[in-house]
Amino acid sequence: MSLTEFFAMGGYGFYVWTSYGLTLVVLIANVVLPIMQRRQFFRQSLKQKRK
Amino acid sequence: MFLVPDILIRFYHRMASPPHFYAFTQQIMPWLVVIFVLLTGAGLYGGLYLAPADYQQGDSYRIIYIHVPSAWMSLFIYMVMAITGAIGLIWRIKLAEVISISSAPIGASFTFIALVTGSLWGKPMWGTWWVWDARLTSELILLFLYLGVIGLYGAIDDKKIASKSVAILALVGVVNIPIIHYSVEWWNTLHQGPTVTKMDKPSIHVSMLIPLLLMALSFKFYYVIALIQRARVELLKRERNSQWVKTMLSEQQQ
Repeated sequence: MSLTEFFAMGGYGFYVWTSYGLTLVVLIANVVLPIMQRRQFFRQSLKQKRK
Repeated sequence: MFLVPDILIRFYHRMASPPHFYAFTQQIMPWLVVIFVLLTGAGLYGGLYLAPADYQQGDSYRIIYIHVPSAWMSLFIYMVMAITGAIGLIWRIKLAEVISISSAPIGASFTFIALVTGSLWGKPMWGTWWVWDARLTSELILLFLYLGVIGLYGAIDDKKIASKSVAILALVGVVNIPIIHYSVEWWNTLHQGPTVTKMDKPSIHVSMLIPLLLMALSFKFYYVIALIQRARVELLKRERNSQWVKTMLSEQQQ
């Protein structure tokens, strides 16, 4: 199986890869957002403490 | 209680204490990520490359490897949210409340993924993006239940009251779960019936089934990872005035 064939998915490439791509984006966002929120919490709390 | 081994009770009490939960989850996180990556790699390799194309649906069926595990997770996470919500409601365990509300956005995400990938699968196979049948409609209601929980929690400033209200809403919504599960049997629908849970004779070949189960397991691990990340933030915010958070902040400062 060639790489082109693999990405074509027998003509269903658009549907298959859109599904996988979208899932990837949603799943990454669900982990990255809380990590960013935690960093923000520490930044803000430390700033408040210095005042 | 004397029937439960002492070590289990001690483990339970430690885990229910926020500082211990915070520290313990930090320790196990790398292992969870490693297991998740291995499962996902194996599942995707098996599902996208090794498994043959379906004799009716061609390669379009490969959406199953995210669609079905996501749909399972959407139900599973809802039950976790409702049960931990009930535990928080009855025994006022702070960690149970935190796990309940931290589950909501992850469950909503999986519901969203199940709906959208189902749509992307339905278009080439059924010729339509959407039908108002029992399975699709009840899954859409599940998404609204999740969004209702998130919205209600955000709207109430006192997080103790917010947790109680959200738990009651989540418990009422549990009635939707069996409806989703049995919808393909109770009503005539475009959506295909169960393929895996027919334990006597699953109507799916083993080369397709194994990657599906690997992906289902991988999504379970993903849920634990994402849940821990959200629960830790929620704990910090709720406990910002408690001693363990203050100690941690002063350690960060140095």
